[in-house]
Amino acid sequence: MAIWIKEDAKVLVQGITGKQGQFHADKMVEYGTNIVGGCTPGKGGQTVNLQGKDFPVWNTMKEAIQTTDADATVIYVPPPFAGGAIIEAADAFDSLKGNGVIVCITEGIPTLDMIKATAFVNEKKGVRLIGPNCPGIITPGENGGAKIGIMPGHIHAKGRIGIVSKSGTLTYEAVAQTMSIGEGQTTCVGIGGDPVNGTGFIDCLSAFENDKETAAVVMIGEIGGTAEEEAAKWVSEHMTKPVVGFVAGMTAPPGKRMGHAGAIISGGKGTAKEKVSAMESAGISCANDPSEIGKVLLKALEDAGLR
Amino acid sequence: MNIHEYQGKQLFKMQGLPVQNGIHCKTIQEAMNAYDYLGSEIVAVKSQIHAGGRGKGSLYNPETNELVMEGGVKIAFNKDEVEKYASSILGNKLVTKQTGENGKIVNNLYIEAGCSIAHEYYLAILVDREMRMPLIMASKEGGMDIEEVAENTPEAIHKIHVDLSKGLLDSQINTLCNSLELNDVAAKSFAIMIKGLFTLFVEKDCSMVEINPLVKTTNDEMILLDAKVGFDENALFRHQDILELRDLSEEEATEVKAKDTGLSYVKLEGNIGCLVNGAGLAMATMDVIKLYGGEPANFLDVGGGANEEQVKTAFSIILDDPAVKGILVNIFGGIMRCDIIARGVIGATQALDLDVPLVVRLVGTNFEEGRKILSESDLNIHTAETLAEGAQKIVSLIGGEE
Repeated sequence: MAIWIKEDAKVLVQGITGKQGQFHADKMVEYGTNIVGGCTPGKGGQTVNLQGKDFPVWNTMKEAIQTTDADATVIYVPPPFAGGAIIEAADAFDSLKGNGVIVCITEGIPTLDMIKATAFVNEKKGVRLIGPNCPGIITPGENGGAKIGIMPGHIHAKGRIGIVSKSGTLTYEAVAQTMSIGEGQTTCVGIGGDPVNGTGFIDCLSAFENDKETAAVVMIGEIGGTAEEEAAKWVSEHMTKPVVGFVAGMTAPPGKRMGHAGAIISGGKGTAKEKVSAMESAGISCANDPSEIGKVLLKALEDAGLR
Repeated sequence: MNIHEYQGKQLFKMQGLPVQNGIHCKTIQEAMNAYDYLGSEIVAVKSQIHAGGRGKGSLYNPETNELVMEGGVKIAFNKDEVEKYASSILGNKLVTKQTGENGKIVNNLYIEAGCSIAHEYYLAILVDREMRMPLIMASKEGGMDIEEVAENTPEAIHKIHVDLSKGLLDSQINTLCNSLELNDVAAKSFAIMIKGLFTLFVEKDCSMVEINPLVKTTNDEMILLDAKVGFDENALFRHQDILELRDLSEEEATEVKAKDTGLSYVKLEGNIGCLVNGAGLAMATMDVIKLYGGEPANFLDVGGGANEEQVKTAFSIILDDPAVKGILVNIFGGIMRCDIIARGVIGATQALDLDVPLVVRLVGTNFEEGRKILSESDLNIHTAETLAEGAQKIVSLIGGEE
């Protein structure tokens, strides 16, 4: 089943005529994602050529969804306009379909814009926001699958491990680690490294818990905020499937922003040590080194009688 | 991005918020003139650096490291004292709880008129990440270390979350006034002040505003006696006026250089330089170096789509740090192919005459070709398949554990 995104999900690209949008839309088509067109205000009626095929562009998300009945959209719009693009997509999905998944890749959106955008999305009950500042979401299929974002598609394979992560390349490490022990993935979700984002760890864990195909989950956190601690509490109370983890930033100094806008230890809160200890006490085995995630996952699967 | 207290107070003043009169000075003479100009018998002489804990900090001579004076914020009762304090502060090194051992040289002073204080409060506005809302925090226990208050008596800190679509409500302000036990006159003054301060927070895309202390005068007026203001760097594109307040001398020069070229760099205390793509992986690389007995010299994220030029700049930034004795490159090639990264690494090492050991770990797209390019070059480049192997190699190449 995978979570939220089926292998054949119909996907729109917001900002498809931009350099980033077009580049990644092409990679998504190459992977096998069912791209149905895109949206760029003022460029409606044009087409964009991806992998030798022309795709339509609309001015508004409402027109695009009305015509294509899309299930999801991926946003490659520059930071000043990305908050507005999220709101437009949420409004269009909600009014036309009552549901939809919005994946926002853009890095560098002002925090207050994200506060407004997440408040708007939360009122639209069937609409889900993933990101921003994230690699996206991928559900690998038998042949191709649905890659909605910027991750390298070819490192993934269909399988039974769910992955949720705040980081980009570290997620790819986690994917490679599952592959190293002969396991594929149901769905991998990058929730992003911004202080204010849409879908969180608990949303993903709860969806993986309810997904019949997912057998175990890898959770990758990093310094900043308390999302890992809250997720650990949720796992100890609700999760029956094995969860293993890794938290980046053991050596990060306090008060310094480590690349991601949200990766900062402030007021003594948000350290990796606190996160790992909360996760370990919730029964989540944590690797000290990302090269050992596979080993830790294998042991968790064996302990649960799944290998 | 942070600004100085005196700049924060200028912003407050423009917003019509109650602050004392004050003057920004860069010399002792300016400080003495400011005393005359302010016409207040008692003034505060305040060191201006981008770090908290100034009052309890200590000033040292930057050359001899001799203690010059305890306390970076002083109350002067006459002009001679202003001269004495200003000369003990300017040009000296202020070490506080937040600056680290190296402290910061004080180049700016703020001379501020005194006021008669009846009570000191704590007030802050920041973003609550988990609730996804701005949060106002206030406490009757002002003037002291708020982290200690939060630790020992968390119930003494009152919190109000503000829904941006509704704004700050009068009922919420009343609740705060009651919690702070303000009388009617002071509550009126507080209400006007907090509305203005919240407006400023939203209009200028602040990441944090902290006032410690906020004071009530003997006339029941509320005055913002402190101003620690930080801004969301992602929103600076729409605030040219704020960008102009940036004081580059308060920031690490290499960090500024990195930021200007689209790289994310943070200097650390160790001797193994790291060059990584992606923030999470960059942190993990530092952690694994430490795990195998080394000390990372920096955090450096070249971004998901790094090109040859950025890799070269990244190397030059790492090598600017004289402490660096070896470099670990850790790249997970996704969209960016490993063969391109390998060529970038070779180009950079040749152009920069690299003379420290270099370990490169490439995985992901086209990694075989990338490794082949590296091993066929006649340069002294070691390769590794896993992060653990890479970390162990670089630690042993620079001479093992310290």
